[in-house]
Amino acid sequence: MRRPPSQPSISASRKAKEPLRYLNRSTFPFAATVLVFVLIYVAASLHYTGFSRPQVFLNLLADNAFVGVAAVGLTFVILTGGIDLSVGSAVGCGSIVIATLVEKQHVHPYVAILLVLAMGATVGSGMGALIRYFDLPPFLVTLAGLFLYRGIGLLVSMESVSIMHPLFARLSMAGVPLGDAGSLQLTAIVFLLVVAVGIYLSRHTTFGRVTYAIGGSEQSALLMGLPVGTTKTGVYALSGFCSALASVVYAVYTSSGNANAGTGLELDAIAAVVVGGTLLSGGTGYVAGTLVGVLIFGVIQTAITFQGTLSSWWTKIAAGTLLLLFILLQRAMHRRAR
Amino acid sequence: MKRPAPRLLTSSPPRLLMPLAALALVLLYDALTMPGFFHVEMRDGHLFGSLVDILNRGAPVLLLALGMTLVLSTGGVDLSVGAVMAITGAMAAGLIARPEGFVLAGLDLHGSAPAIVAVSLVAGLAAGLFNGALVAFADVQPIVATLILMVAGRGVAQLLTAGQIITFEHPGFQFLGSGFVAGLPFPVTVAAAMFLVTAALSRGTALGLFVEAVGDNPTASRFAGVNARMVKLLVYGFCGLCAGIAGLIGTADIKAADANNAGLYMELDAILAAAIGGTSLSGGRFYLSGTLVGALLLQTLTTTILTKGVPPVLTLVVKAAVVVAVCLLQSPKFRAVAGRRFRREAA
Repeated sequence: MRRPPSQPSISASRKAKEPLRYLNRSTFPFAATVLVFVLIYVAASLHYTGFSRPQVFLNLLADNAFVGVAAVGLTFVILTGGIDLSVGSAVGCGSIVIATLVEKQHVHPYVAILLVLAMGATVGSGMGALIRYFDLPPFLVTLAGLFLYRGIGLLVSMESVSIMHPLFARLSMAGVPLGDAGSLQLTAIVFLLVVAVGIYLSRHTTFGRVTYAIGGSEQSALLMGLPVGTTKTGVYALSGFCSALASVVYAVYTSSGNANAGTGLELDAIAAVVVGGTLLSGGTGYVAGTLVGVLIFGVIQTAITFQGTLSSWWTKIAAGTLLLLFILLQRAMHRRAR
Repeated sequence: MKRPAPRLLTSSPPRLLMPLAALALVLLYDALTMPGFFHVEMRDGHLFGSLVDILNRGAPVLLLALGMTLVLSTGGVDLSVGAVMAITGAMAAGLIARPEGFVLAGLDLHGSAPAIVAVSLVAGLAAGLFNGALVAFADVQPIVATLILMVAGRGVAQLLTAGQIITFEHPGFQFLGSGFVAGLPFPVTVAAAMFLVTAALSRGTALGLFVEAVGDNPTASRFAGVNARMVKLLVYGFCGLCAGIAGLIGTADIKAADANNAGLYMELDAILAAAIGGTSLSGGRFYLSGTLVGALLLQTLTTTILTKGVPPVLTLVVKAAVVVAVCLLQSPKFRAVAGRRFRREAA
């Protein structure tokens, strides 16, 4: 059985003597992720002039905010041992719905945003209910969600719609100036806030503990009398909400809505979660790891842009290779633990 | 006294009944609303008509679904088939057109169609074996293992085409996509041949039994002397090969390799076709004839929506509904609930 990650793995007296005492099965992948991020960042900073400027790092947060927000919600689903394939098309669907509501129906932007968030949470909990009550495979149910979102999005509008509303212009320009370092954009702030809330939810609430417990062993969680069903519906509702929020971030970031946005984003998000040290079998992982996972892919993409001669497809190949390395690492650790 | 619940809801109906009934319903709808839907005519010794079109367009889906059916029945899944289609397509187009900067520019096959097909299929087979090795020997979960190639595969395909859409003219190779054999489009012939070969190999020999045994209970099958790792490796390899053939047909059909869009979302169609046909997604059972009907049903639905002039994107919404319906019908819990309700009403 997997231990809940908060429980100390070795006795406190022995722990204090070992220099690497915090490295156990669940923290090692996370530590490896942070190390890989630092290595890539330092290497890129040494190699490319201007890469170490603080603004480059701040842009990293802003440019990957919508992937990151979706990935945080997905982390919870993956922690229970499930999967949500609908996050990518939810971003496309949400963004086009906001854009159409604001530009064609003249709904106030805040109302439109609230409507889309409610839609995300509703569809998410609907998928969760199907998985909870009928034991359907999460993979297929969220696959249906993927089709549904993409279909609805394209039915709303095939073409991308730009948002001219002044409020959106203000939102996309908004940010906190950080003196010489540049400024932290609103989308980046939302991303960091979502990560913070995610960390709190996962580590300090009953919901979070039950999420880990289900991933560790659903049977044991049930026998312990934990609210397994509610939590299962909850994680999909949370993921639906997060991907809807991601679509809002996307709409603000690009000042437009596009039904085809977010194609393949579910894969980037899953890859970020896995590289962030969360096991796809559930039960082990950190929301903070997902933040670093998103940043790793962001840094690779930025480095490839800085290089200039490398083509965009190297991002995909690098992402796949990194994913392979991390999965093999996880397997190796799993085998040693047995 | 307990009244037995209606058979349709409690025990499994004959497994081909539901998909066949669905297919018949869609065809009946087509017959009633579209005059001439069933009209098939000979033109220059070739068959033409909506039905032939369904078979032709459905051939790649069926090819993918054949490999996918076997993979699913080992308890796995292959998400990379779409990307593998793109890789083999890019490979073939590159070998024909040999554009500037093509990775295999040194390999001159002198435009021989069989050689081009063979080399490209080796790429598909290699991709499948890569997945298989990860699943069988590294014990990686299938979803994750094949996700790697799903992400990186399109990158590799773009690398092969240098990010361009490679167009080509090669009558010999184009035959694969638009040729005719005995009046039928060549893709239909290929798919039918692959279907028969797969059925003969899996049901005529013990191979199918091994595959099901591995999916049903890996430990028990190992004790029974089945080399589970080898079975898995070969099944994923076969799936990659099928995806490769489908990719070549798609590329030959449009006379171009588009690394971004070739086979996009096709993995979902393949899984859906197998699921509709009654292949269990948790492994242990497969029904090739069900997969055949499933693939035809999917393509008939798509063709119907397209010919009705309904916005084609509605196909996606319809597919979503089909996925949920198929899942619910396969779910024992749903059957139990539905059966109970039905019984209460009947009493």
